[in-house]
Amino acid sequence: MAFREYKIGARLFGVALGGSMIITLYLPTIDMTSVAATETSLRKQLSYGRIGGFSYEDPFLLGEGKPKTVVLTEDPVTGQQIETVEAYVYEPGIPFAGGINHPRVLGDGITDLSLEKGRISEADISAGAVFVVSRGSYQGETVNYIENVTATRGWKPEKVLSVAGDANTSYVGSGKIMFVKEGCWWCHTLLPEQTQDWQYFGVPPRLGDFNGESPTAFGSDRKAPDLLHVGSRNSSKEWMMMHFFNPRLVQPHSIMPRYDYMWGEKDASGNTIDFDAWGAAYNEYAKGESLYPPEVPEYAPNSQIRYLMDFILSLK
Amino acid sequence: MLKYLFAKNEDIPQGSAAIFFAFSSIVWFVVGTGLGSFNAAKLAFPDFVTGSELFSFGHMRQVHVLAVIFGWISMAFAMAMMYITPALGNTKLWSEKLGIWNCFLWNIGLSLGLTLLWAGITSGREYSDFPWVIDLYIAAFIALPLAINVWMTILKRRTQGIYTTNWFFGAGVFMVTIVFIVGNSPEWFNLTGLSEAYMTWWFAHNVLGLWITPIAAAIAYYTVPKVTGNPLYSHRIGHLHFWSVVVFYSTPAAHHLMSAPLPEWLKSFASVEGVLILVPAIAFVSNLILTMQGKWHMFVENVEIKFTITGVLMAIPLNMQGGFQQTRAINWYVHGTGWIVAHAHLALLGFSTFLEGAAVYYGIQTILRRKLYSLALANFHFWFLLIGFSIYWISMTIAGLIQGAGKIYEVPYIDVVIAEHPYMIARWVGGTLVFTGNLVWLYNMYMTARVGTEIPVGRLPHEMAYER
Repeated sequence: MAFREYKIGARLFGVALGGSMIITLYLPTIDMTSVAATETSLRKQLSYGRIGGFSYEDPFLLGEGKPKTVVLTEDPVTGQQIETVEAYVYEPGIPFAGGINHPRVLGDGITDLSLEKGRISEADISAGAVFVVSRGSYQGETVNYIENVTATRGWKPEKVLSVAGDANTSYVGSGKIMFVKEGCWWCHTLLPEQTQDWQYFGVPPRLGDFNGESPTAFGSDRKAPDLLHVGSRNSSKEWMMMHFFNPRLVQPHSIMPRYDYMWGEKDASGNTIDFDAWGAAYNEYAKGESLYPPEVPEYAPNSQIRYLMDFILSLK
Repeated sequence: MLKYLFAKNEDIPQGSAAIFFAFSSIVWFVVGTGLGSFNAAKLAFPDFVTGSELFSFGHMRQVHVLAVIFGWISMAFAMAMMYITPALGNTKLWSEKLGIWNCFLWNIGLSLGLTLLWAGITSGREYSDFPWVIDLYIAAFIALPLAINVWMTILKRRTQGIYTTNWFFGAGVFMVTIVFIVGNSPEWFNLTGLSEAYMTWWFAHNVLGLWITPIAAAIAYYTVPKVTGNPLYSHRIGHLHFWSVVVFYSTPAAHHLMSAPLPEWLKSFASVEGVLILVPAIAFVSNLILTMQGKWHMFVENVEIKFTITGVLMAIPLNMQGGFQQTRAINWYVHGTGWIVAHAHLALLGFSTFLEGAAVYYGIQTILRRKLYSLALANFHFWFLLIGFSIYWISMTIAGLIQGAGKIYEVPYIDVVIAEHPYMIARWVGGTLVFTGNLVWLYNMYMTARVGTEIPVGRLPHEMAYER
């Protein structure tokens, strides 16, 4: 070989690069994969579904193949009143979240309880399943775990959806896809910083807050407020709707782009939205020629903006 | 150029692959900076071009970033490798045909990948935004063929030793292939959670550290001695540079996530290693500056040296920022602000672009044996790049400090946005100057290839710069 003069160098190079990869990849991975999932990460992964970027089930990032998040106040099987519970509904064919496919990522105790008491290994993609986050005790400690309520309580996906109704159903998983596709994370971080931010943007995430989530979409360039807890700061649907349609309606100095195209062609009552007329009326308002801005159209229940709003409002 | 795709390797003129890469890279640079200027306009004037998904900021931002990294910077690197590696080995490129196919597939794959990103089809991971199918394509048809061509040319060299530039080239193509495959593996194996987030930044950091920075430096190790005629000041300092890049620059990936809940030991380790990148940086800068002894007039008179030395000098603020801004003491203030954006442009548009620009200028003239069409236009290009970049860097640094202050004093966010607005306009002006300069460059290089004065055998292009 023509590298014979470089025998020592070539080997040292291998040692250096290999050593660097052991320290920066192998050792941290041992640490990070041994962290137990927090309740936040259980809820996040269950509501986001398998993966949040390009995937088999959703190659064009339209928000397909994602679970729905519902709020239930009655038991869908018996009809009895129950304590309000957030359930994650995977209709037949929707791929499961990371922690259901690979329970090991949930961490000690949680994996065991989810498998034994939560029976998550019995969940079947072709039949669909409903999950909730429950509390149990593991070796004397209270632990959150995932419960497959289809197996434990007989809650069927279609039944749960019909009992909850559209008003109590959020497309959080599909909304996360919109967040990724529209590049919200190029300006808004999902990462309040540990050294400050507590007062304005809330508690920074903890080590176990991400198990099973993909991608985490932290964002790196904060041209705009952090959004990790935005749903706690501002839960007004009305405000969000105006802000997404044209941010200058509610915040004149905002540099956020308009997301009016996410309304699609029709509004909630099935009428075609006339964006040109809206724009003309808005320009009049912006120039001070009219007193009030035009009304923002009500969005259709299956529009992309509904997905995105459901996701943003779920960030508590 | 495409006619050579199916020609016999012996029939392809030497340097064809380099020329193909050179013009591809310039075109991508024009596209990339044009997109950058457009994006900057949207940040300054949010109602500029609205109503369409395709022209929204969130769809175009990553197209700008990846067009510049994979199109301009990496293709200019490939161009430099195609002619410098054989020249330093006193031999021919191992396979011109592989080089031409490499460039052809590179352009196709990159156009495809960027189109997908533009449509919003992304993996949602910064810097590895391409869907995993495109990642596979890049590994198989972009990184690997380039690596094979460079390695085989080095192995088939007819010199006894290997010159500094070629250590970097040989190691760089190897490291970027490994980094690319390992860094994108979370998508192939659907890794999740914090490990995935960390791997994303491991990839982003190492692409900069083990590909963009060392290869740009390697180009300077060639152009400065070649054009000035001075031998490299010290090969031993070159050794120090090479080994410290491999050891120190491959480890601080976690400093990109200093404010994320990573294990604390990892952050501390990354932070210390991050300061140590000053070792390769100081070795590199001092070596090149000392090589210039007695030839400083060329910094003014010669286009290639002007570009190269400007790039080398920019490595000083670049590494001073880079080494220290990632320590906890400073990072908490600047993390996530425009300061970092300014720093990233200092690395890619300042340091790296100026070094590669020199390689492209020099390579096109030597391979085609044609003198530069217009020295005036080249100087115009230089000053537009430098002034445009400086406006950009200064305005974004100031904007970053404002954001940082707003962040730590928890000022209502909208006040920060208002305070930043003038700097956003300045950023757009700077970016547009860079874009304009590049249009001029494309014209100048096209005319050089078409009508540039032929260089007689035995003369070097830069010797004839002031001859009529």
